Amino acid sequence: MRVGFTVNGREETADDVWEGESLLYVLRERMGLPGSKNACEQGECGSCTVLLDGVPVCSCLVAAGQAEGRRVRTVEGLAEGDRQAPIQEAFVECGAVQCGFCTPGLLVQAHDLIERVPRPSDADIREALAGNLCRCTGYEKILAAVRLAANRRAENP
Amino acid sequence: MTPFEYLRAGDPGEAVAAVAGRPGAAFLGGGTNLVDHMKLGVAGPDLLVDVSRLPLDRVEETAGGLRVGAAVRNSDLAAHPLVRERYPVLARALLSGASGQLRNVATTAGNLLQRTRCPYFQDVTTPCNKRVPGSGCSAIGGYTRYHAILGASEHCVATHPSDMAVAMAALDAVVVVLGPGGERRLPIGELYRLPGDAPQRDTVLEHGDLITAVELPHLPAARRSAYRKVRDRASFSFALVSVAAVLDLDGDAVRDVRLALGGVAHKPWRAARAEEALRGGPATEDAFRRAADAELAGARPLPGNEFKVAMTRGVVVAALRDLAEEGR
Repeated sequence: MRVGFTVNGREETADDVWEGESLLYVLRERMGLPGSKNACEQGECGSCTVLLDGVPVCSCLVAAGQAEGRRVRTVEGLAEGDRQAPIQEAFVECGAVQCGFCTPGLLVQAHDLIERVPRPSDADIREALAGNLCRCTGYEKILAAVRLAANRRAENP
Repeated sequence: MTPFEYLRAGDPGEAVAAVAGRPGAAFLGGGTNLVDHMKLGVAGPDLLVDVSRLPLDRVEETAGGLRVGAAVRNSDLAAHPLVRERYPVLARALLSGASGQLRNVATTAGNLLQRTRCPYFQDVTTPCNKRVPGSGCSAIGGYTRYHAILGASEHCVATHPSDMAVAMAALDAVVVVLGPGGERRLPIGELYRLPGDAPQRDTVLEHGDLITAVELPHLPAARRSAYRKVRDRASFSFALVSVAAVLDLDGDAVRDVRLALGGVAHKPWRAARAEEALRGGPATEDAFRRAADAELAGARPLPGNEFKVAMTRGVVVAALRDLAEEGR
């Protein structure tokens, strides 16, 4: 089947898509966007998180046909031009990355949090990131990065 | 994953006809508990009828209550101002389930129809009567931490995983079903089955039946309601035990009470015996404990989940105590 949707502001289509492909697979294997990662394929780890019509979802559990005509934003679309998104800058500054596999999903999910919640508490941050697993960092530096990005956003909205 | 066809339904009638006409067909809502099962080989539909874009995505006011469309997302329902005001137990239950990413996709009807998270049901290499009728139950004599203490059978000891449905059971929600023969309305207490000798059937729905809405009745007492959940992690974890409670006080006496339990049975367990024990009596911690014991007199824990009896008692007492204090 043919599947078409908007990705990071561009109209994209893919042909000969098998019904069993996920949105994640279409993004990575057919549209040249490997930023979103494929790990558990069960919606448990969050490494495939993308924004679908503006809200974060696990793209591994979205059947390809369900993405038809919708608006997708991936980690590749967080930066504005040459400038990294505030959450990306904060991850770099805080050293919130080790192996990096969970990072794209965390960036998309944390970006959504700081856009929605002006001054998230630690409890807010932990709950927002509950669906994103990191097996390296122990999360402390990730929490620090989200706090930093949220504070900057609150000071310069 | 086995090959399948994909059809985006244009209206509910078309969706029902498409599924009813093909034994291997299934409805696709948010996909968070079907696409994963298709990958694991737990489910293998040959036709997916996508109902996620049907115009069933609205929350409408009825006479004092709400009508929730089947395709309303869990996150949207939890955030709805009228849900938060009239049925805080439902908002809390929704927010205690899954992760943000999943709540953003999971639908109201899909949440009701979640399959059990029994690890043996999801592991296609082990016998499971729910997955393959007649193959046996691996949980009996196996790992039982997440399994039932009430209403189980020798064929199945699985629990229903939904938090939302527990709140809806306490609220006496009504499920609107469109089937090949037309529309009918089912009290949520009649939707779910106990496993008996047919654990492959979670509900009384027939093939081709589509839930189109859930009606929440006018229930002013539900403004004082709570959902309390005990789990192995602080977030993104299924309930070991949960309770949805509505408490209506007349001074220090219980005028009315609604209690439903999660994590303890094959269905959201309406604690009718405990309610009966409480109605008209004093709203004291002692009375709450005796009411919980009345319900738990029928508990049959398994080796490995005996702790759930005391945990259920504790969770019921704590939820009612908090509501009673709030009301004073």
